[in-house]
Amino acid sequence: MRVHAKRALALVTGLLLPAVVMADWTMNMTPGVTGTSNQIFSLHMTILWICVAIGVVVFGVMFWSIFAHRKSQGYKAANFHENTLVEVLWTAIPFAILVAMAVPATATLIEMYDTTESEVDIKITGYQWRWQYEYINDDFGYFSSLSTPRDQIENRQAKGENYLLEVDKPLVIPVGKKVRFLLTANDVIHSWWVPEFGVKKDAIPGFINETWTRVDEPGIYRGQCTELCGKDHGFMPVVVEAVPEEEYVAWVAEQKEAAEAERQLTQKDWTLDELIERGEKAYASACASCHQPNGAGMPPAFPALKGSPIATGDMAAHIDIVVNGVSGTAMQAFGGQLSEVDLAAVITYERNAWGNNTGEMVTPKEIFDFKNKE
Amino acid sequence: MSAVADTHNQEHHHGPAKGISRWLLTTNHKDIGSMYLIFSFAMFLLGGSMAMVIRAELFQPGLQIVQPEFFNQMTTMHGLIMVFGAVMPAFVGLANWMLPLMIGAPDMALPRMNNWSFWLLPCAFLILVSTLFMEGGAPNFGWTFYAPLSTTYGPPSTTFFIFAIHIMGVSSIMGAINVIATILNLRAPGMTLMKMPLFVWTWLITAFLLIAVMPVLAGAVTMMLMDINFGTSFFDASGGGDPVLFQHVFWFFGHPEVYIMILPAFGAISHIVPAFSRKPLFGYPSMVYATGAIALLSFLVWAHHMFTVGIPLAGQLFFMYATLLIAVPTGVKVFNWVTTMFRGSLSFEAPMLFAVAFIILFSIGGFSGLMLAIAPADFQYHDTYFVVAHFHYVLVPGAIFGIFASAYFWLPKWTGNMYDETLAKTHFWLSFVGMNLAFFPMHFLGLAGMPRRIPDYALQFADFNMVSSIGAFMFGVTQLLFLFIVVKCARGGEKAPAKPWDGAEGLEWTVPSPAPYHTFTTPPEVK
Repeated sequence: MRVHAKRALALVTGLLLPAVVMADWTMNMTPGVTGTSNQIFSLHMTILWICVAIGVVVFGVMFWSIFAHRKSQGYKAANFHENTLVEVLWTAIPFAILVAMAVPATATLIEMYDTTESEVDIKITGYQWRWQYEYINDDFGYFSSLSTPRDQIENRQAKGENYLLEVDKPLVIPVGKKVRFLLTANDVIHSWWVPEFGVKKDAIPGFINETWTRVDEPGIYRGQCTELCGKDHGFMPVVVEAVPEEEYVAWVAEQKEAAEAERQLTQKDWTLDELIERGEKAYASACASCHQPNGAGMPPAFPALKGSPIATGDMAAHIDIVVNGVSGTAMQAFGGQLSEVDLAAVITYERNAWGNNTGEMVTPKEIFDFKNKE
Repeated sequence: MSAVADTHNQEHHHGPAKGISRWLLTTNHKDIGSMYLIFSFAMFLLGGSMAMVIRAELFQPGLQIVQPEFFNQMTTMHGLIMVFGAVMPAFVGLANWMLPLMIGAPDMALPRMNNWSFWLLPCAFLILVSTLFMEGGAPNFGWTFYAPLSTTYGPPSTTFFIFAIHIMGVSSIMGAINVIATILNLRAPGMTLMKMPLFVWTWLITAFLLIAVMPVLAGAVTMMLMDINFGTSFFDASGGGDPVLFQHVFWFFGHPEVYIMILPAFGAISHIVPAFSRKPLFGYPSMVYATGAIALLSFLVWAHHMFTVGIPLAGQLFFMYATLLIAVPTGVKVFNWVTTMFRGSLSFEAPMLFAVAFIILFSIGGFSGLMLAIAPADFQYHDTYFVVAHFHYVLVPGAIFGIFASAYFWLPKWTGNMYDETLAKTHFWLSFVGMNLAFFPMHFLGLAGMPRRIPDYALQFADFNMVSSIGAFMFGVTQLLFLFIVVKCARGGEKAPAKPWDGAEGLEWTVPSPAPYHTFTTPPEVK
């Protein structure tokens, strides 16, 4: 009966507010799926119950006074204002509790800081507003960006199950292996968090931070960037797929092949239309969040490309800005982020979209030469 | 000769000047105190209305009301205005009004500087708020303005923000110098340090904290200014700088700053609880020592805001232990208040209601602080709504309820009239319910994994966000009632006697209500 009532309520609310139907009333931390996250969870529960116990005693005395020692009931005030024994006790007892709490916390922390003997090393770089994962032992890497459609965010479409927690390409790791993460950032500070791993570490430009995890259960785990990193801070999720060892090995081989194929594309002869078609996709994932899908930008921080002197003027200057960025501004150097093909495609697209009909194109080979000339 | 003497005599007995010049040129601590309080309430409403924008956007998942860029400006400005515009000036206002009355002094020690330190504030906030209308918008990097988001990637208005922070810092430092000079030099004969009222003690310690850390903040923003405009690289890794340095400097200011916002409230509560318990404060000396201990420890814990930046294990452990240690003196204070109430003769007028809520809810904020101090657990709590819940629990029912309790406690002294008790109790209960409804669910949101400072969220967070927004709207609207109560009280009402609260102690209750424009021109004797 109650289940039916709940369902009916969920249905009604679901019709009125499409989002709420997915919601739940989770109140506590997740114990997670790693040794670290379980240890953190038990520390969390211990300190929580200690706080509850102290609260019950202290507020108990207070409420007793509130109910029993009222002026309106004619209670006469006592006149004591010191008691050395009591004061020493309530200094010493909390101190002892804190020492007792610090011991297991220290042990857990020491373990969390032990990044030695890892079996897989992955470099994670934070960008505004996506993550780059590089498998440094296997020489391939890729970007992972939010895949929730704009229409869902702007309420033109019903929100999906993993709204804002889904990406185009998740990080893939093997289960049962110690995976070490090396974190840094390209622009501002980001922070990489997967609650179910108990792993959160800041990605800071100019620093390399280390952390690690060992996941025992295969599955898809979701988290988010947790350090304010600009306008799309809320839109750069972390998705990790933990897979069995054999599956992981096969996936790595596949990725290495794909990376090789990508490198081959540089040598291919591209036409203007092919480049524009590819460029539109690359633009949408790498450029549109600042310069906007319509090229109008958001001045003054993010200038317009539509009709801009850069995108319609000197080709070499245009390539230089995209490859090397503009120091001191939000314009990043995309030379290391995008392949030669994508760089050529994006630049060609920008020179021909939104009425910038220059008809000009640049080939991947020319980009390759530009990069190597420097 | 006699004519000159006469004029002189008249000047001593005339009341306040008329018109705008009274307020622009005044050196009277009561006038300046009132201006601080009015200013801080105006800022409280402004910062609060920004919170309403934030909660309206977070009412449902999806972007409905504002875009992310503007959302970030709202969170940033809300934080800056509440910290520097609402809470800090409110306590300076209370200090201006009450310190001279409590220590039997005729005025603050440096009255002209007092005037200047007030009038700098509206200038600073005019600059800060004007950034909302500039090209590129207001600061959007959070009230903690971490570099390089606030330097290389900051909006063009950042330089104005830096200038505003500098002016606020000058104002705070001058205010603090004034407080110290007043307390150390102008106490009534016989009032030794260990006989000072606790509000005086906590403000003395707060003033030292201000003098110690406001220059550090000024240093941080000056380095930002240099990075933005003069080509230095203090915080820019590509120029050899260090983004983490910013966080160390900021939190060396920032952690004592949180005690700057709470210690004066501790002092006020230590007057109100005994007054309505009709029983002397339990453990006066331990209250003083605990306040001193908290202030000293506050300089040694800054990096507990930075457990995830990758500081070495030894540093991590040091800051965890030092932070846990702060719980001891804080606990002593709470135990003292509760023991003061124990076997008292309690009554629950509005100041006492706010004071009791302060003790309970501040303790809850303290508990979550204790949880956050456990470094391994902090990896899960850090930068989530759990932190937002924590600091709103120590600031709203802590600092702000402390200010409300003080305002109701001393309003009869300031205005000469009793406030409307029924309305004040309504204000309390609506604030109490609204505030808990707004901030308690944030604990759950944070534990379930919702990061802070995001304009939109995953669907599992929808329910509690809606509850929280409803609570926030309720709390927000209720504050207009407070404005009404204060205006009504200032305009008239039942006349207040010199000592409207039968259990209250202290020199401020020996002068008539309303307190005359000039008080204690001859110092009282304290036995």
